[in-house]
Amino acid sequence: MTTESAHRAATVEFRHVTKRYATSGPGTPGAVNDLSLSVPAGRICVLVGPSGCGKTTSLKMVNRLIEPTSGQILLDGVDAATRDVTDLRRSIGYVIQQVGLFPHQTIGENVATVPRLLGWPEARRRERAEELLRLVGLDPATYRDRYPTQLSGGERQRVGVARALAADPPIMLMDEPFGAVDPIVRDRLQNEFLRLQEDLAKTILFVTHDIDEAIKMGDLVAVFENGGVLAQFGTPDDILSNPASDFVARFVGSDRGLKRLSLSRVADLELRPVVTARPGDDAADARSRAHADPFHYLLLVDEANRPIGWVDQDEIQTNGSLDAGLAIPMSPLLDRRTTLKDALSMLLDADVQAGIVVDRTGAVRGLVTVDMIAERLRERAPEPTTDPVPEPTSEPASEAASS
Amino acid sequence: MTDDRPLIDWTWIVEHLDDIWFRTGQHLSLALISVVAGFAISFALALLVLRDRRAYGPITGAAGVLYTIPSLALFAALVPITGLSTLTAVIPLTLYTLLILVRNIVAGFDTVPPDVREAADAMGMTRLERLRRIELPLAIPLIVAGLRLATVSTIGLVMVVTLIGNNFGGLGLFIKEGIQAFFATKVYVGALLSVGLAVLADVVLVRVERGLTPWARARADRAVG
Repeated sequence: MTTESAHRAATVEFRHVTKRYATSGPGTPGAVNDLSLSVPAGRICVLVGPSGCGKTTSLKMVNRLIEPTSGQILLDGVDAATRDVTDLRRSIGYVIQQVGLFPHQTIGENVATVPRLLGWPEARRRERAEELLRLVGLDPATYRDRYPTQLSGGERQRVGVARALAADPPIMLMDEPFGAVDPIVRDRLQNEFLRLQEDLAKTILFVTHDIDEAIKMGDLVAVFENGGVLAQFGTPDDILSNPASDFVARFVGSDRGLKRLSLSRVADLELRPVVTARPGDDAADARSRAHADPFHYLLLVDEANRPIGWVDQDEIQTNGSLDAGLAIPMSPLLDRRTTLKDALSMLLDADVQAGIVVDRTGAVRGLVTVDMIAERLRERAPEPTTDPVPEPTSEPASEAASS
Repeated sequence: MTDDRPLIDWTWIVEHLDDIWFRTGQHLSLALISVVAGFAISFALALLVLRDRRAYGPITGAAGVLYTIPSLALFAALVPITGLSTLTAVIPLTLYTLLILVRNIVAGFDTVPPDVREAADAMGMTRLERLRRIELPLAIPLIVAGLRLATVSTIGLVMVVTLIGNNFGGLGLFIKEGIQAFFATKVYVGALLSVGLAVLADVVLVRVERGLTPWARARADRAVG
């Protein structure tokens, strides 16, 4: 990745933050009631809840678009209220659903907004804008001189992310950033963003009303309920496996067990070994090896151990050599980073019992079966994970499924 | 009209080119000074409205009242105060532009989408930076629309100024003299040139707007998808 990012991030801590609106009591939409939570540097914290629950208000209090009624917000230990508001905002990236690109400025100018405010020389601004456009997957030569109206929704949203990153802020605030694009584009943008975050390691506050997005994007999830009350704060796995209240349980949905599958990956399972053979191998030997295995099929592979197709163990000749023509269509190919939810859905779609797990070179590593995933689902409490940060979703398998 | 002279007396025109040129310039400069002054005042008033919306009603109300005062009456009323000076012509002309300009400038700023304004704030722009870099450029189409209306109507109004004094009559003077002397050529020269000025000013302003808003043309060749 060609970013000059200094990999700096800051902690964000809410201390008894309350926001009341003059119009009425604590139940006003957007109000926040005694919010305390702490986000470690470099992590994504998703604020999720029904509309009017105060999640956006909480976000906007960080860069002081809204001032709290009481309480403090500490950024790297410094109370945001004591900082010059202009400086503060220039050091915090901000991405919103409507993107808010400046329609009269080119994409390049839009991206270089904060560097320009900071007085960077023109050449450096230009260079930074190009670097960021590449980072978010837009070719600078094509996009730099266009205007926002000439871009699609997904492209505009990428520009919005690039603009927020321009001055390499340690903190990013994102308010439903992928809410206005269609589900396929959203999925891709989410994956790309998680991959970017792997390198950038910013501290990110991310607002959404979509629990699935919260689980996918968050290292930590803060579930809000109406009245601006924090109902639960924890890792996605905590929230799914131990909802703190009826409200949280209802909010995450009755399929929370199934949702937990999206937090585990193929790599977390012990793969089932598979009997393999190459075309031209001795058929009798292959047949006896296949029959020794409880799984009914033999997997034909090429010289590089890449799968060619299945052969029913009963179809194998008793003598001669194996013929590639016997191979029947393959199961879905999975990768170690495919989530179990995606894996299950691929197996169900293909109407097969087992998926073949391959490594980066495409060589067979083993099998994942529907039974193995079901077994995982039955495990009641999740094992405490040493690393609460799930790996970002960037596996080719789920992308293939989504595009 | 007498009949011993042609409708358009070209000889007269050729002999009086200097005079025509002078009065056209005078006409245009009176209009320009008034529109520029009116724009400056309107812009300040519009900023006041942006700061406090409650000012909008009283300001447009007052400008509306001024607009209803018959022009001739206003010119005449000023003569005892400012005499037969250029000021007597410019003050009413300026006042008449206010209603159109204040409304259009405020409407122009109101076209800035809330998300754009929010993004500007969140990027850490000061009020002045936001005004200069974001709101003003986006307000240009409506501001220029207001300027076009104000300019064209002011060029028309300058004709009336001639009734209070010959020394700053602009093209209107030709018409007054032409009618008094039953000389059609003078009437036509005055009328046609003022129409020409109005059209020219309008064309120039449209060009200026285009030059200032390259992004608006980008919409036309919007990318697919």
